[in-house]
Amino acid sequence: MSILRVDGLSLAFGGLQALRDVSLDVAPGSITAVIGPNGAGKTSLFNAVSGFYRPQAGRVVLEGQDISRVTPPRRAALGLGRTFQNIALFRGMTVMDNVKLGAHVRTRTGPLAAMWYLGPARREEVRIRAEVEQEVFDFLEIDHIRRSPVAGLPYGLQKRVELARALAMRPKVLMLDEPVAGMNREEKEDMARFILDARDQWGLTVLMVEHDMGMVMDICDQVHVLNFGEKIAGGTPAEVQAHPEVIAAYLGSDDMATLRERLRGERGAA
Amino acid sequence: MRIGSPKETYAADEGLFRTRTQWAWFGILLLSLVLFPFLSNLYWLYLVCLISIHVISATGLNILTGYTGQVSLGQAAFMGVGAYTVAWLDNHAATPFVLNLLAAGGVTTVVGMVAGLPSLRVKGLYLAIATIAASFILHFVFLNWESVTGGARGMNIAPPQAFGHELANADTFYWLVMPVTVVMVLLAANLFRTRVGRAFIAIRDRDISASVLGISLPVYKLMSFAIASFYAGIAGGFYAYFFGAINPESFPLLMSIFYLAAVIVGGLGTILGSILGAVFMTLTPELLRYGVDVMEPFVDDASALLSPVRTMVFGLLIVGFLLFEPHGLAEIWRRVRRFFHLWPFRN
Amino acid sequence: MEWLFFFEVSLAGLGFGALYALTAVAFVVIYKATRVINLAMGEMLMFGAYLFFGFAAGMALPVWLALVLALLGGALLGLGLERIVIRPLLGENPISVFMVTIGLSSVLVGLVEIIWTATPRSLPDFLPSDPIFIGDAFVAPKTFWSFVIAAVVIGVFLVLFRFWRGGVALRATASDQGAAYAMGINVPAVYSLSWGLAGMLAAGAGILLGSVAGISSEMGVFGLTVLVVVIVGGLDSVLGALVAGLFIGWVESLAGVYLGGEYEHLMTFIILMVVLLLRPWGLFGTREIERL
Ligand SMILES: Nc1ncnc2c1ncn2[C@@H]1O[C@H](COP(=O)(O)OP(=O)(O)OP(=O)(O)O)[C@@H](O)[C@H]1O
Ligand SMILES: [Mg+2]
Repeated sequence: MSILRVDGLSLAFGGLQALRDVSLDVAPGSITAVIGPNGAGKTSLFNAVSGFYRPQAGRVVLEGQDISRVTPPRRAALGLGRTFQNIALFRGMTVMDNVKLGAHVRTRTGPLAAMWYLGPARREEVRIRAEVEQEVFDFLEIDHIRRSPVAGLPYGLQKRVELARALAMRPKVLMLDEPVAGMNREEKEDMARFILDARDQWGLTVLMVEHDMGMVMDICDQVHVLNFGEKIAGGTPAEVQAHPEVIAAYLGSDDMATLRERLRGERGAA
Repeated sequence: MRIGSPKETYAADEGLFRTRTQWAWFGILLLSLVLFPFLSNLYWLYLVCLISIHVISATGLNILTGYTGQVSLGQAAFMGVGAYTVAWLDNHAATPFVLNLLAAGGVTTVVGMVAGLPSLRVKGLYLAIATIAASFILHFVFLNWESVTGGARGMNIAPPQAFGHELANADTFYWLVMPVTVVMVLLAANLFRTRVGRAFIAIRDRDISASVLGISLPVYKLMSFAIASFYAGIAGGFYAYFFGAINPESFPLLMSIFYLAAVIVGGLGTILGSILGAVFMTLTPELLRYGVDVMEPFVDDASALLSPVRTMVFGLLIVGFLLFEPHGLAEIWRRVRRFFHLWPFRN
Repeated sequence: MEWLFFFEVSLAGLGFGALYALTAVAFVVIYKATRVINLAMGEMLMFGAYLFFGFAAGMALPVWLALVLALLGGALLGLGLERIVIRPLLGENPISVFMVTIGLSSVLVGLVEIIWTATPRSLPDFLPSDPIFIGDAFVAPKTFWSFVIAAVVIGVFLVLFRFWRGGVALRATASDQGAAYAMGINVPAVYSLSWGLAGMLAAGAGILLGSVAGISSEMGVFGLTVLVVVIVGGLDSVLGALVAGLFIGWVESLAGVYLGGEYEHLMTFIILMVVLLLRPWGLFGTREIERL
């Protein structure tokens, strides 16, 4: 049984086929990666799963329920949490509010109650505050910046706040679009640890797009490879590494040894 | 001086005012609002009542435009809806003013939501333009639905009655409009301590990401329109009572621009900004009038210049603030405060 | 229905529509080059008309000289506004720029009222006044001539836009600013050019409008209808500006005559609403794609 299944997804922008009949299964509790060269369609796949892009064909199935016709916010409420490739924090809010916003899908307060801020509204806010603080802030070690506006934070911290926001959603499937892109080695290691710990602590399933092969090979159970919108391989990291088409896609040549070399090199660096 | 503040409980850290100093300032403000009528004259009371009405409307608009990012040039027209509702009830139903005001808020909420429908389809400038269209259509209704609105002649409204008194003048009207204003401002401030307010800001900052993170754009955009129009409706109701007569020209597009300007000058996306902006934009023309009075003996026909100079200064304020102080008076206020907080250690 | 009357009303509407189209072209030029929606367009038009009035009536200069000076003044106004107010804000939130143009419109109204007072005036007659007939249909001579002049100006403009170096630079900047830079086009100069040109076109439209309908400090509301025109046509489409300008002029004229004057603007804004709901990028505009 898979928790998330993508089934024959095709997506075109005008003449450009961003996804062509892509299918993949994500096992519950796994860490699954989607890799592929630039422009392969990885982010497009995420957006189609989130519901922002409307694929021309195919289905997205979450826990056995077909959510292909469900709006993005409903999908979030059903358990799809995510981060974005280009950090998408809300610049007008503090770190605290950004993270609390993640809890939106599992809170209820309506506008009238909110304005009077009495009883249930107040209790809910305080509860969310306590949860966010105890579960997410301490876990990700960002309590010291909770009142800072996100705009001025260094890049690595912003990425961490985005992860915090996604975790505050308490998602079933956590989708991370390039979680360690642009980070230095230490930050990458921290992030890898956070992802593994989050999975273990909350029993999440993680689906991520990542270019850093070292990280992918280290922490992922399954890897799917996209190239020009098509899925060309899928399997364990070792299987994928050995797949000739993958090697071709990455290097434009069949030189398997070179790829191995490169992968090993990146792993060493990471 | 006061540097930093340790957090105590989560509830306290979530408070509207977090420190004892802030509570003290709030108390002083309330006290001065209570004492004000006893220390002031009718002219100033009149101005403060007018400012109050502007504060209510500007606060509503700031929720919609400053916090939710939906630019609206319809706030005055929505006030018109509230004003006409009060006028109609006053003329036909003789219901008490509290009910009339609430009805004004209610009717305007509905109209505002309908006018907000284009926001589900278009955003940014297109939406601003759609709200201009909504204003024109409302103006048309005010002018041509004569059986209800009295057409171009407009309608008269009797002053509100409370405890057997007629609140006909600013000195009595103050006790009606000021408490309501304080409450409505606090309600607005509360909104942004909760998920609803966060959803608004998220839509303003990145609507698509917000939607992917679980915020329903149609629901929250319309909610923001609804709240903004409710504020406009109440403000419009007060306007009708305060001036005692309304007609279609009472709520021109220029007045909507006035509110948008107030919100910009005060500070988009801050509650304090709505207040400062409304005060500033109401007092500046008065100041200009004072200036013209002073010039009178020296300049030919100085009084004829008053209106165009006001128009021009109004425009210059918008341009100037956007160019040089885009975060408005609220930001200036913050800078001043920060200076005194840290003084004398840093500057 | 009386067909001849209908025809006459339509012609009058097209005559007015030509002025919409002319102003709308100015609007589109600014939008294409700088992505600014200029709500002060109506007031720039008004300012041009008042300049003409000032030169021709106030200073009693010959009409042709007043005309040239007013057009130059309009261009200068456009250049100045762009350089002083718009340029520092380019690249910022488009809403701020939009609001700045609203502020500018107030400044211009105030300025005109300070210099010329708020009293409405009429411009010196310079258009031929012999009655015009097209077939059996009568067209008011001023309407006819303003249509002809607007058409000629637009024609000249289109030729410039196509073949003149500045026009080419303008189009290149509009389609891809980065590439335009790379090709060595002086993009800031293109900004100035577009605003200067638009200022001149607006002044021309203002003078024509003023000679048909008189001038007043409130004639800037004309700009609001033009705003509708460009939205309907598509903000970045010159063709759209022409088609929608004539169309809106025609519809307003029909609505005004057959339904009553108060319906003129109502129709315009209803059309606007419909377009915004069904096709927000307009009839001929480019659709913008949203990305996450
Ligand atoms: N909204 C859109 N409209 C048009 N084309 C798009 C859109 N979104 C993506 N594309 C195109 O689809 C293709 C796939 O893009 P996508 O962002 O999914 O790639 P990616 O695999 O995430 O690449 P990268 O590793 O660079 O992030 C690209 O050619 C891109 O230009
Ligand atoms: Mg990507």
